[in-house]
Amino acid sequence: MPSNGAPIGTPTKVTQGSKTKGGIGESTLRPDGTLKVTGEFAYSSDMWHEDMLWGQILRSTVAHAEIVSIDTIEALALPGVYAVMTYDDLPTDVKNYGLEIQDTPVLAHGRVRHHGEPVAIVAADHPETARRAAAKIKVEYRDLPVITDEASATAPDAILIHENRDDHHVGHVPHPNIVHRQPIIRGDVEEAAKNADFVVRGEYTFGMQDQAFLGPESGLAVPDEDGGVHLYIATQWLHSDLRQIAPVLGLPESKVRMTLSGVGGAFGGREDLSMQIHACLLALRTGKPVKIVYNRFESFFGHVHRHPAKLYYEHGATKDGKLTHLKARIVLDGGAYASASPAVVGNAASLGAGPYVIDNVDIEAIALYTNNPPCGAMRGFGAVQACFAYEAQMDKLADKVGMDRVAFRQLNAMEQGTVMPTGQAVDSPAPVAELLRRVKAMPMPPEQQWLAAGEAADVRQLPGGLSNTTHGEGVVRGVGYAVGIKNVGFSEGFDDYSTARVRMEVVGGEPVATVHTAMAEVGQGGVTVHAQIARTELGVAQVTIKPADTQVGSAGSTSASRQTYVTGGAVRNSCELVREKVLEIGRRKFGSYHPAWATAELLLEGGKVVTDGGEVLADLVDVLEGEFVEVEAEWRHRPTEAFDLRTGQGFGHVQYTFAAHRAVVEVDTELGLVKVIELACAQDVGKALNPLSVIGQIQGGTTQGLGVAVMEEIIVDPKTAKVRNPSFTDYLIPTILDTPTIPVDVLELADDHAPYGLRGVGEAPTLSSTPAVLAAIRDATGLELNRTPVRPEHLTGTA
Amino acid sequence: MDFLRPASWEEALAAKAEHPTAVPIAGGTDVMVEINFDHRRPEYLLDLNRIGDLEEWEVGEESVRLGASVPYTKIMEHLRGELPGLALASHTVASPQIRNRGGVGGNLGTASPAGDAHPALLAAGAEVEAESVRGSRLIPIDAFYTGVKRNALAPDELIRAVHIKKADGPQQYSKVGTRNAMVIAVCAFGLALHPETRTVRTGIGSAAPTPVRAKAAEEFLNAALEEGGFWDNGKIITPSVAKQFADLCAGACNPIDDVRGTASYRRHAVGVMARRTLTWTWESYRGTDGQTHQKGSVA
Repeated sequence: MPSNGAPIGTPTKVTQGSKTKGGIGESTLRPDGTLKVTGEFAYSSDMWHEDMLWGQILRSTVAHAEIVSIDTIEALALPGVYAVMTYDDLPTDVKNYGLEIQDTPVLAHGRVRHHGEPVAIVAADHPETARRAAAKIKVEYRDLPVITDEASATAPDAILIHENRDDHHVGHVPHPNIVHRQPIIRGDVEEAAKNADFVVRGEYTFGMQDQAFLGPESGLAVPDEDGGVHLYIATQWLHSDLRQIAPVLGLPESKVRMTLSGVGGAFGGREDLSMQIHACLLALRTGKPVKIVYNRFESFFGHVHRHPAKLYYEHGATKDGKLTHLKARIVLDGGAYASASPAVVGNAASLGAGPYVIDNVDIEAIALYTNNPPCGAMRGFGAVQACFAYEAQMDKLADKVGMDRVAFRQLNAMEQGTVMPTGQAVDSPAPVAELLRRVKAMPMPPEQQWLAAGEAADVRQLPGGLSNTTHGEGVVRGVGYAVGIKNVGFSEGFDDYSTARVRMEVVGGEPVATVHTAMAEVGQGGVTVHAQIARTELGVAQVTIKPADTQVGSAGSTSASRQTYVTGGAVRNSCELVREKVLEIGRRKFGSYHPAWATAELLLEGGKVVTDGGEVLADLVDVLEGEFVEVEAEWRHRPTEAFDLRTGQGFGHVQYTFAAHRAVVEVDTELGLVKVIELACAQDVGKALNPLSVIGQIQGGTTQGLGVAVMEEIIVDPKTAKVRNPSFTDYLIPTILDTPTIPVDVLELADDHAPYGLRGVGEAPTLSSTPAVLAAIRDATGLELNRTPVRPEHLTGTA
Repeated sequence: MDFLRPASWEEALAAKAEHPTAVPIAGGTDVMVEINFDHRRPEYLLDLNRIGDLEEWEVGEESVRLGASVPYTKIMEHLRGELPGLALASHTVASPQIRNRGGVGGNLGTASPAGDAHPALLAAGAEVEAESVRGSRLIPIDAFYTGVKRNALAPDELIRAVHIKKADGPQQYSKVGTRNAMVIAVCAFGLALHPETRTVRTGIGSAAPTPVRAKAAEEFLNAALEEGGFWDNGKIITPSVAKQFADLCAGACNPIDDVRGTASYRRHAVGVMARRTLTWTWESYRGTDGQTHQKGSVA
């Protein structure tokens, strides 16, 4: 029970049956699937408007400098250029934006704080003209020293990245270059440490991962006749964008209309604004539609990344293998602007102990302001970095105690009822030990598969692949396990609601439901699930999903594994309200014909009103003839509360989700090359609304975790804070040849607080995948490997 | 930017003579990336795609004359027997789409130390057929690479073809990347045995400012093989000889630290690849390993 006395939820009652085809629990196919696979899907970068201009952004070439001057004269003189805008051209007093802290300048003012910061924007009648014009803008910089790590950020004489901070974290941070600090303190660590027979300490480094979505940032802003603007945009949360855009433009929110356009992946990278305000500013300035599309190079500067982190962990255990205590310090590099750093800190701290029973905990998590690229939301959101560290610790500690690594985890695994280090009791299934048991029980992939097809080696089965580096020489197999815990939904007291408008009427002689939400479909399959929910709840075959826009209330963000839970919950809730109204109409029209209208529990199934006994009372076509029913309603999950700033205690999270992995790798120990052979995953999803989509999410998250285990890293020069590899030539993501077999074992243990008992799926597999791969590589090589991603030089002593 | 589209080779040479800064483009897999990323804004692009014979090859007595634009896919599919090292190298080039467009002429024109074809060309022995309105000449591959992304072409010259010696013995090619496909080389190594001349030749990529041969290693191995009568008796090469060869290959590197890898790793990896490819080629030469062609690389 949360301390505010609010009820923590009631058991789910599924009244609607499963007689309607295409309802929840079925693997209905995605409406966008075929289009995407065949290249027909229209992404935001494909948009076109007659007479449109192209926008271009000039970005800083240095990471930290004063801007001495900006000269736009030559750029403006270029034929075809319609507008060049700098900070001085911003129309209102609101010149910054930000998710939580409005510290990010729309255009740089007097100073740039990271490499690639927007300084000026151009609109021209051709993209190449816009690029050339941007190149003609002369910016004179006076270099400032760069802050790149904790030592330089918190030095007594450190330059403040943001002077005169007035955000609500500034009062409790130990240094103004720290965005937010969250301690989690429970029990007595010093006392408990005395009971530890074994203690392990480790210092871990997590590299900067990029979301690397394939559809770069893009959008089209079209000026409206009433002085407003209509923005067609690929984003994760239309209403959050709207709240940040409108004040900068000096427009009421009603005059900034937003429609979601085709989103080519997100993974957290579209939670912050990119080109939204810039396109609107140029459209309003020129009176013409303006399209902006980043190329891949610019995209690496156009969105926040996953926080790189340093993690310092100390665990203790008794000789029986029981965890005694945890001391941890997690230092996240937030880069130049706050973005989602405060919430990432909250997650890293509150989930920093992992899915284990530890009664004595002292965790501190901070995020730094530096001149490195801004970091914010990415799939796993603070829990990823922590999981990498605590899982490495679990292996070390199991070895010290002399226990099997999986058995050691199972011995300490949390379960329903376990109290988190935040004091929050886990009040739904937490099958941590069972998930580990399941991945361990899966059959092992056969040894030496490269010899399976005959006498000669099949290099595709070997590290290096077609690069032909080994035919088996130096190759050693390793196996590793990991398990993780992630929260679902927005936490720490955030009013995390969603809105759904559902309409029911007869179209063409058939009952049809229309679902309208502002949910950003970013590839997760929400539109598929909404139709399934409507079919289940309203008993219709035909469901129309309207395009997401701001003509309906907020759906919240497509992130935090929350959309099926929250917007799915809102759709379900609105459907229930519609159903009640439909039944009211039915009673009014036909109630006198059959007593069951008044006495029985009534369902909508297969286009009919039926009793819970299965007797048909009326056809929906007849009930709805000449009528329609429409409901728009907000829906909320149970409230959470903020973590105490000194102790971290509080009912902070809505729901927890768990996944476990077993990684099997082949390592070429001489060349330091890795082939991940298999990444088996077991995950509890509460209820799989669409089992095929669930598998897809788990396999995708697993692969993204593999990426940051063995290849994905944005490399920032520590001397200049400049990004060194902003391209897919040097920022590598897994290809299909790097992607292993991913057998998935899905558990469905209902969470009674959630719609249909479901659990958010998307992020948990990203957590344990990385430490499982690292553990397997350690197993193969015997090396300690305290950083990820691991590169060939780390495996060959040539770093 | 002007786009020149000569209809014939003669027109192309004339255009290049008139506009020596013109950048030739065939598959476009290098040039278009540079233009798209705004790394390069050539005054003129010289499109060679209308010149059909650049995509043809002839197999002669001694060598293969490979048109500059023959795509890597064709090399893999049709020239495995004659040019096994280059065929293996072609397999490691990017993705199928890129291999359908890119060719060796582009690799040579760009002359990046990371070009995948270079170590195979160095090991096999090749000559670059360069031509201008002034005439045609053959540039030995050893003299072709003159610096980082620089080559021996005169400003008015175009690459018409490459003459590559047909394999007279086993050849191997290995490339280290940090991904199992579609990856730029951290470093690469090519090795060719030439039983007719009783010599070995090597090629190293991405481990020096230009693609290089490990000449000291070749000389050492040539002498060791000769001295032990290995070419005739087909004995197993001793681990100490293989190690010395590997060390000398590593020693031929002059690498840098960059985002793709450390200098120290590159030296180490070239040594490992040298030792392994020597074992593979020599085992193949001895005939004990009848199937050296690993499955994944069979087109």
